[in-house]
Amino acid sequence: MTSETPASEPVLVARGITKSFGGALALRGASLAIEAGESHALLGENGAGKSTLVRILAGVLAPDQGELRLAGHPVRFRGPAEAQAAGISVIYQEPSLFPDLSIAENVLIGHMPRARFGTIDRAAAASRVAGMLGDLGVPLPPRRPVRGLSIAAQQVVEIAKALSNRARVLIMDEPTAALTTEECERLFAVVRSLRARGVAVLFITHRLEEAFAECQRFTILRDGALAASGPREAFAPAEVVRRMVGRPLDQLYPQRSSRTGDELLAVTGLTRAGSYEDVHFRVRAGEIVALAGLVGAGRSEVLRGIFGIDPRDRGSVRVAGCVVAPADPRAAMRAGLALVPEDRRQQGLVLALSIIRNATLAVPRAVRHFGLVSRRREGAVTRLWAARLQLKAHRLSDPVGTLSGGNQQKVVLGKWLATAPRVLLIDEPTRGIDVGAKAELHRRLAELRDHGLAIVMVSSDLPEVLGMADRILVMREGRLVGELRGADATEETVMLHATGQQDGARTLAAVPA
Amino acid sequence: MSAAAAAPSRGAGIVGTIGRVREAGLVVILLALALGTFAVNPRFLSAQGVKDILLDVAVIALVAIGETVVLLMRQVDLSVSSIVGLTAYGAGALFAAHPNLPIPLVLVLGALAGGGLGAINALLVAHGRVPALVATLGTLYVFRGFDFAWVQGNQINATSLPPAFLRLATASLGALPLLALLVGLLVAGFGAYLRLYPGGREYFAVGSNEEAARLAGIDVARRLRRGFILCGAIAGLAGVLWLARFGTVDATAGTGLELRVIAAAVVGGVAITGGVGSVEGAALGALLLGTIANALVVLRVPSFWEQTIEGALLLAAITADLLISRATLRMMREGRRGG
Ligand SMILES: Nc1ncnc2c1ncn2[C@@H]1O[C@H](COP(=O)(O)OP(=O)(O)OP(=O)(O)O)[C@@H](O)[C@H]1O
Ligand SMILES: [Mg+2]
Repeated sequence: MTSETPASEPVLVARGITKSFGGALALRGASLAIEAGESHALLGENGAGKSTLVRILAGVLAPDQGELRLAGHPVRFRGPAEAQAAGISVIYQEPSLFPDLSIAENVLIGHMPRARFGTIDRAAAASRVAGMLGDLGVPLPPRRPVRGLSIAAQQVVEIAKALSNRARVLIMDEPTAALTTEECERLFAVVRSLRARGVAVLFITHRLEEAFAECQRFTILRDGALAASGPREAFAPAEVVRRMVGRPLDQLYPQRSSRTGDELLAVTGLTRAGSYEDVHFRVRAGEIVALAGLVGAGRSEVLRGIFGIDPRDRGSVRVAGCVVAPADPRAAMRAGLALVPEDRRQQGLVLALSIIRNATLAVPRAVRHFGLVSRRREGAVTRLWAARLQLKAHRLSDPVGTLSGGNQQKVVLGKWLATAPRVLLIDEPTRGIDVGAKAELHRRLAELRDHGLAIVMVSSDLPEVLGMADRILVMREGRLVGELRGADATEETVMLHATGQQDGARTLAAVPA
Repeated sequence: MSAAAAAPSRGAGIVGTIGRVREAGLVVILLALALGTFAVNPRFLSAQGVKDILLDVAVIALVAIGETVVLLMRQVDLSVSSIVGLTAYGAGALFAAHPNLPIPLVLVLGALAGGGLGAINALLVAHGRVPALVATLGTLYVFRGFDFAWVQGNQINATSLPPAFLRLATASLGALPLLALLVGLLVAGFGAYLRLYPGGREYFAVGSNEEAARLAGIDVARRLRRGFILCGAIAGLAGVLWLARFGTVDATAGTGLELRVIAAAVVGGVAITGGVGSVEGAALGALLLGTIANALVVLRVPSFWEQTIEGALLLAAITADLLISRATLRMMREGRRGG
């Protein structure tokens, strides 16, 4: 089949897969072949059908047409249990943990170690899971419940869960979206060792550099059909993007800020015990400031504190000179703040409501007509943002839960951008969003900035931070430890500050007090 | 099994700890209540007094086992009281017709009949995808309707029941009635199953995140089916014991029991939102509610206060759960300096 490994039969083959949901065709004759000992990247725009294909390989969905072959034999899974028994292990794009069960139970669900009389051996389970989490570099206590874990920690638990049953095919649907560089590195190290043992890995990501660094073979889907497939060497990055999007794409970051205006946001001495301490910074109109740092550095917490979702212990927030009441998101919204949260599925969407309803939830005024919700206005607001963010949806009246993961993200973004804020706090703006829409979103943010918006952005995507930010504030363990000019910063300087390997004192002087 | 033999005990078992704090709280309230009432009226804790309370509580605590299993899955079974009514009358009719039937056989038949009725709920919820609240509200009335059609104003009295059967409820080991002992054993057994066995844990998983359970390869429909059948079977068994306890049965037997059972479970720390709770907690909840009811009688408080106090306790329990879970969540957040 390939020039490199002519003899080997692919472990898992999907051929001519078609799947439709009601009227919408999610997959039309898609094919895929994964080989043992190889990492295989599955690429495509938001809504291209990647997760649908994953769910078919995992036995969650049955294909309308097409066949699956496992190690050369045709298979038909009647449920996820059968696929698991056949050695296929999956990390799904949507969180699929049990908040009330312990980390150890989540990881080992379905194959807990047994003690005498068939009871669960909790001690053995805990030590096994502690070992696995240690290998992933995130030593979480195995007996604590999953509820309340950060998204990154939850993702690590999902990864451990997928690794726990020694599968021969490991499928990962955007596992790195919620992780920082360092944690991704650990994941890839684990994946490499699995590959060396002959495990076949299918890896979905919107970060092309990850695909190029870690995968030997690419398959690209467009609109549910196979657009291209072949060894990595056959593709240049621009070629991958062209295949995904169907046209060449200009991926340059927009121009940096040309002129800044009045100070719009002033954060002074913001403190919340255990999360962040004594955070000072100012943002002017027409400026994008990025908060950089490792997961757990407290960046998202600072945004939540400014917006008033969590109470704070000390410090003040002023928007255009006026003090904003603490712990009162409504007051923050009135003052002109908007927060696009990190955990968009849980904090940003009502999955059972329509796309239109979700998109206009934050702007009840704009869609009212004589006090009643006007469908026409709702539709108009939604269509505007849907077009700007290239939302791929069957109908805008469909429940938001039927959208692909990346398209759900776009709905949340549109919802907050529609509030026309003066200061936009945005957490991981392009997580899970495809390259085309990402470039578009970057242009939108730059445009908003040029219209005088002040933007504070938290992003774990370093190239994005370097490409977009006018100023970069680096956080470590809840404190601001450095400030860099966006134009001068490099990945190295940011990481050195973030990990504390540089003498932070010198740059700390640059932070306005 | 793993190299990291020394299991880290940091944050060990916060899940378990919350549950234990909750149950310890119940025990404290229970003791305070019992001792307080005892101070006013020493007869309250006499052997007979304790026996009365335990007998009153036993049937509720028994039905609460099955109800807890259903609540853990984020479902509810309102029909248990009608199942109790049907099997109580059924057992009575059986004894009236065949006084020499072995008692264990009738207990088993009661459980089987209850399981059959539970299977109807299971079918509706697991396969018909009818929300449990609606499905079991329907069967609550349908089963009761059958009961009325069958009983037709009849009544079966202790005189037509074998004395050995009635002794089930009167025999005791010291102050511990046989009935309460039996229920206690069942509570311990099911408690251990839910805590220690993979099958038991699946009930928690289904209630905690049904979609994730499905993706993890758990057969959710089968869990639902088993849960509702088990709940029905236990209610069926409870119906037979109900007859032994009260010695007389008509078409209204057990009416209203479902809400008292659910109240006991919730007071005992079983979350109506699924995924959290234990049968031991539910039994403690039943014991607390039963003790209060008896204390009110002993203290000569007018009986209509009982429901008000029960309701207030329910609200207090739910509030306490909310506060505890918020506090622990905050504790854990601060512990990790997350984000
Ligand atoms: N349950 C469903 N009901 C209706 N439509 C669905 C359902 N699941 C997926 N779809 C549709 O199928 C298409 C493909 O979705 P899928 O989730 O596979 O995309 P994806 O490639 O994973 O995108 P992303 O990168 O955003 O995760 C989308 O248009 C989506 O709206
Ligand atoms: Mg997807």
